Amino acid sequence: MRKTYRFTCIVCPLGCSIEVEVEDGKVLEVRGHTCPRGKEWAIQEVTSPKRVVMTVLPVENGALPTVSVKTAEPVPKEKIPELMRFLASLKLKAPIKIGDVVTEWKGVKIVVTRGA
Amino acid sequence: MMGFPNVPTLSYDVVVIGGGPAGMAAAIKAKELGLKVLLLDENDYLGGILPQCIHPGFGIHYFGEELTGPEFASRLAKKLVELGVEYRTSARILEIRNYSDLEKFVLFTSPSGLYGVWARAVIYAAGARERHAFEIGIVGDRVSGIYTAGEAQTLMDIYGVLPGKEIVIVGSGDVGLIMARRFALEGAKVKAVIELMHYPGGLARNVMILRDFGIPLYLGHKVVEVRGKGRVKKVKVVRIDENLRETGEEFWIEADTLVISVGLVPAVKKLKKIGVEIDPATGGPVVNDRLETSVPGVFVAGNSLLINDLVDYVAEQGEMAAEGAKEFIENGGIESRRWTRVEKGENIRLVVPHYLSGERDVYLYLRVSKPMEDVELRIPEIGKRLKLPVVKPAEMIRLKLKEEEIRGAGKLTVEVVRP
Ligand SMILES: Cc1cc2nc3c(=O)[nH]c(=O)nc-3n(C[C@H](O)[C@H](O)[C@H](O)COP(=O)(O)OP(=O)(O)OC[C@H]3O[C@@H](n4cnc5c(N)ncnc54)[C@H](O)[C@@H]3O)c2cc1C
Ligand code: SF4
Repeated sequence: MRKTYRFTCIVCPLGCSIEVEVEDGKVLEVRGHTCPRGKEWAIQEVTSPKRVVMTVLPVENGALPTVSVKTAEPVPKEKIPELMRFLASLKLKAPIKIGDVVTEWKGVKIVVTRGA
Repeated sequence: MMGFPNVPTLSYDVVVIGGGPAGMAAAIKAKELGLKVLLLDENDYLGGILPQCIHPGFGIHYFGEELTGPEFASRLAKKLVELGVEYRTSARILEIRNYSDLEKFVLFTSPSGLYGVWARAVIYAAGARERHAFEIGIVGDRVSGIYTAGEAQTLMDIYGVLPGKEIVIVGSGDVGLIMARRFALEGAKVKAVIELMHYPGGLARNVMILRDFGIPLYLGHKVVEVRGKGRVKKVKVVRIDENLRETGEEFWIEADTLVISVGLVPAVKKLKKIGVEIDPATGGPVVNDRLETSVPGVFVAGNSLLINDLVDYVAEQGEMAAEGAKEFIENGGIESRRWTRVEKGENIRLVVPHYLSGERDVYLYLRVSKPMEDVELRIPEIGKRLKLPVVKPAEMIRLKLKEEEIRGAGKLTVEVVRP
């Protein structure tokens, strides 16, 4: 089945309108980009989109009730609900510093972005 | 000169009001320039709104890498501490007094009581305030479950409490979209994002969030009414025509929470009290290219100057204000042989600064009124032309002008037109 995806490139502020033509999971054509970075991003976006995930985790005895964390690298979009369920099971104890790795999930480091 | 009786007073070259990115960058720069500086913030931590903005997207220009809000804030805070900048948190400014050009008095409360600070210059970086539901004409039952985006964000990303299970968001600006993602990630159902205008208010990278989570975006719609007993139960949405008039077409969405994200307004009440002139287009002060307001020696930066979508420019403005304060204190004022007025031409909603000295390079920050494609940004008086593939009200444009280009110009009209 042939499908056309349309979106605004977010790699840089130019925000080109990109169209990607896909048939049976294979990219046939990319249109509208004005640089190779945009093309690469658009192809990834339709084949295996990835996102950085951020959340807060409860922390005992901290200055604030939570610390914030992010994945050290973007994770496949379809894996996000599973990752969130895993993160929801975590409870931490202060002191925790910014930059600490609190745990790993399938090889992806979970990094503290706000300590407590 | 009189202070306040029975109030302990301190004395500095410059007082910075607000410890967000604008204030921290200003205080760091002021210290580096050799000024005796004090930074004050009412929160019990530094960083302003950044510690609650836990998503990545900060600092690509300023630090050359993409950070989350708390990470950006902690980098600045670390530098501030390393440089030995004096600061006080839990210090709420009550009033600014302008006795004379080089004599300002700032009154603040702190856990140890009321204090006054004498300073020769003030840098005002107190951020913005959020507009509330009643300011956009939403009527209905008095119920719980109505939050501004900032309130919901603090609740969720500082205190770890999800504000509701079924959420309607009003406003498709960056803040609304970013909150939509956070709610959805944490397992709430975001039932809709409702936007008055006929185009989304946020950056493209944030509009993409809605597609990621399958959240419906209603452009050209508005929420007019909230119903419920004790807690929000449903909200009424009406469709708007091209001229932003209600069409009579309406529907209800069931939800337990309404999050209002309809924009920020520079928090300038304390500046108005000392007679600072305000630009109705930005909601912030009228300034010259040192970011000095109409009251000599009072400088402004960040969201108190104009609403910024990028923290990088906020920090840059903080530094500019500090350089201004330095010049002001050294020369007893910001001088120019002749001020060049910057005027708004076609499709320009706002532009800052308002006056240029023509004696230094300057950044203009501007926003367009409506989205356009394949346009030119022009300043006819100096023959400046810049091709832009797309312009959107959501994306602030920053334009560098060199001293040679603007020296001697009578006025400058900025316009965005089709070539
Ligand atoms: C939800 C959200 C998401 C954002 N996402 C991004 C993004 O992805 N990338 C990006 O670059 N930018 C982003 N921004 C924009 C950026 O965060 C802001 O432009 C920036 O934080 C503004 O900084 P500021 O220092 O002007 O104000 P603020 O950060 O608001 O700081 C103002 C400070 O002044 C203090 N203050 C106010 N009044 C007083 C008083 N009377 N006495 C003492 N202290 C006072 C306050 O406590 C506060 O700490 C986002 C903003 C929001 C709201
Ligand atoms: S295609 Fe290239 S130029 Fe266009 S927005 Fe993407 S990265 Fe920028």
